[in-house]
Amino acid sequence: MGNLIRSKRFWLVAPAVVYIGFFMAVPLLQMAYVSMLERGDYGGVNWGVFSMDAYISFIFERDLMDNLVVNTDYLEIFARSFGLSAMTTVFALLLGFPTAFYISTQPQSRRNFLIFLVTIPFWTNILVRNYAWMLLLRNGGLIDGALNWMGIETGGLDVLYTPYAVSIGLTYTYLPFMVLPIYASLEKLDHRLVEAAFDLGADKRRAMSRVILPLAAPGIAAGSILVFIPCLGAYVTPELLGGGKFMMIANLIGSQFGAARNWPLGAGLGFVLLALVLISMMVYSFKFKSLPEESR
Amino acid sequence: MSDVVISARSVGKTFGSGADKVTALDSVSVDIFQNEFFTMLGPSGCGKTTLLRLIGGFEQATSGQILLEGKALNDLPPFKRPINTVFQSYALFPHLTVKQNITFGLEMQGTGRKQADGRAEEMLELVRLEEYGDRVPSQLSGGQQQRIALARALAPAPKVLLLDEPLSALDLKLRKEMQVELKRLQTETGITFVFVTHDQEEALAMSDRIAVMKSGEILQIGAPREIYEAPTHRFVADFIGDSNFLVGELVDGGAGERAVKLAGGNVIALSQDVSDQRKGAVTVSVRPERLGLIAGNDANADQLTGTVSTVIYFGTDTTYQIDLGNDARLTVRMQNGAGAKADFAEGDRVAITMSPDAVRVLAD
Repeated sequence: MGNLIRSKRFWLVAPAVVYIGFFMAVPLLQMAYVSMLERGDYGGVNWGVFSMDAYISFIFERDLMDNLVVNTDYLEIFARSFGLSAMTTVFALLLGFPTAFYISTQPQSRRNFLIFLVTIPFWTNILVRNYAWMLLLRNGGLIDGALNWMGIETGGLDVLYTPYAVSIGLTYTYLPFMVLPIYASLEKLDHRLVEAAFDLGADKRRAMSRVILPLAAPGIAAGSILVFIPCLGAYVTPELLGGGKFMMIANLIGSQFGAARNWPLGAGLGFVLLALVLISMMVYSFKFKSLPEESR
Repeated sequence: MSDVVISARSVGKTFGSGADKVTALDSVSVDIFQNEFFTMLGPSGCGKTTLLRLIGGFEQATSGQILLEGKALNDLPPFKRPINTVFQSYALFPHLTVKQNITFGLEMQGTGRKQADGRAEEMLELVRLEEYGDRVPSQLSGGQQQRIALARALAPAPKVLLLDEPLSALDLKLRKEMQVELKRLQTETGITFVFVTHDQEEALAMSDRIAVMKSGEILQIGAPREIYEAPTHRFVADFIGDSNFLVGELVDGGAGERAVKLAGGNVIALSQDVSDQRKGAVTVSVRPERLGLIAGNDANADQLTGTVSTVIYFGTDTTYQIDLGNDARLTVRMQNGAGAKADFAEGDRVAITMSPDAVRVLAD
């Protein structure tokens, strides 16, 4: 009887399973296949002709004598992407934690309103928001102009089209993903634990570092993952705020499928990224699981 | 008299403002002595927890002062007070082991790791949970968590330990055990315990002195026996144990003694020293077990008489409901066992015996 009900209930999730199975797994497998094919001379691929060129050319290139030499161009772009994503995650954490903490200390009715405010940026198209940031950051733009007007001679802000502009834009875009999970874990936090810390002689700083932060760690971890991983795949922001000068992984992949007409390399880069993300997630979750024992 | 540790002087506390203003404490004054098990007893909303939180520093008094060994505490934050708390919910840190929980307060004081670990062992021994140092709180039962909360609060050797209804979440059997345990810990450590509860039995069993609170005021402070046998207010008599209340008028009982003339005309002698200034209508209380019953025909003119309306047998004793007429009722509890004098049935005509020292005249 129980089995029957359970097997009937399965049909409730079946549409989702079919949808995800088809529209996620099939393209993924297709791209895995493409990444292992030979590149077509005029774009596309030579179907059925297998080649590991895509993965080899991620690290090596062939010189004039047809020898393999190490080519760090792609590695640099990957490193830059990881670096920018890490920087963005740190910025988002530095801005997001105090915000989430503040919201969690407000009365219930106010909290909902503040959370609503945090989510407002989602309402506007990401392209529009990035163009808005260009207007803010460019030389002679709103920020530059305001600084000059206040008598601070910037001589041109020179921020737009730098990695900093990209990180500023990414931080802005993904900040809500940091605030919301941290808020969720802080909201659940039993205020009496903080009182207990005070009671036992911890001042505010130590109550924060010894009780609040460790207990908010799951939220911080979730927020960091939710910011870091989409950042790695960011396309629009580096394109616009980086001016195409500071390519990130997504831009590189885009250019391989587009201008460079090298589909296998584009697909291969995608899988290298996927592998790196999975590995770092595994390392992270392993470390995080063993946190309670190490927290002293 | 021993030294005063905590002294509350006209302490008031209000929450909110304007129309929403709530007075939690209304000018409370109390002295708590060194090495005392002091209990604040009252129903929820009487202000007992507020007073405890004021002593702990979690709330700020609206008026008045709280002194620790003669020094004003008012502006001192909780982490600077040599006072620790056992919280109702235990509030053990879930991310730390039992041992780390216990050493938390010591570390905050700057005690070295080795010394703190030694102290933790000592505390675990004190609460008889030596084997549990490496567990995390979620692996412990409610009673064990309770003991760890005690060990944690006692580890930094506070001058005063505050206990906020720490036993209310435990089942009855465990609660009884912990009552004995708490009393033992207090005696062994010699630390002043300030205990908050709404359970009168708990208060009577453990306390050196009890303050009975109602609506933000302390009605009576005294040893358990004093509170039980000589309640000053109707609320105290009613809240702690069972009481019979009779309404009458203060009269002169002759020989300088005073007496109470009841509505039915009977006069009850008093041994209590009631001021000559007091006149007119009063309420007196008598504990059911301080009353006796004799057969109705043996009664003399001044004794109350009535009819047994209900008999409830409890094993150790029997409770009789006596209908006095005019809607007045009395409960009489008589012990059973060898030599038990009386055995009455429903409908029997009986007279009530009471000794003058069992009768207490209550404040208005």
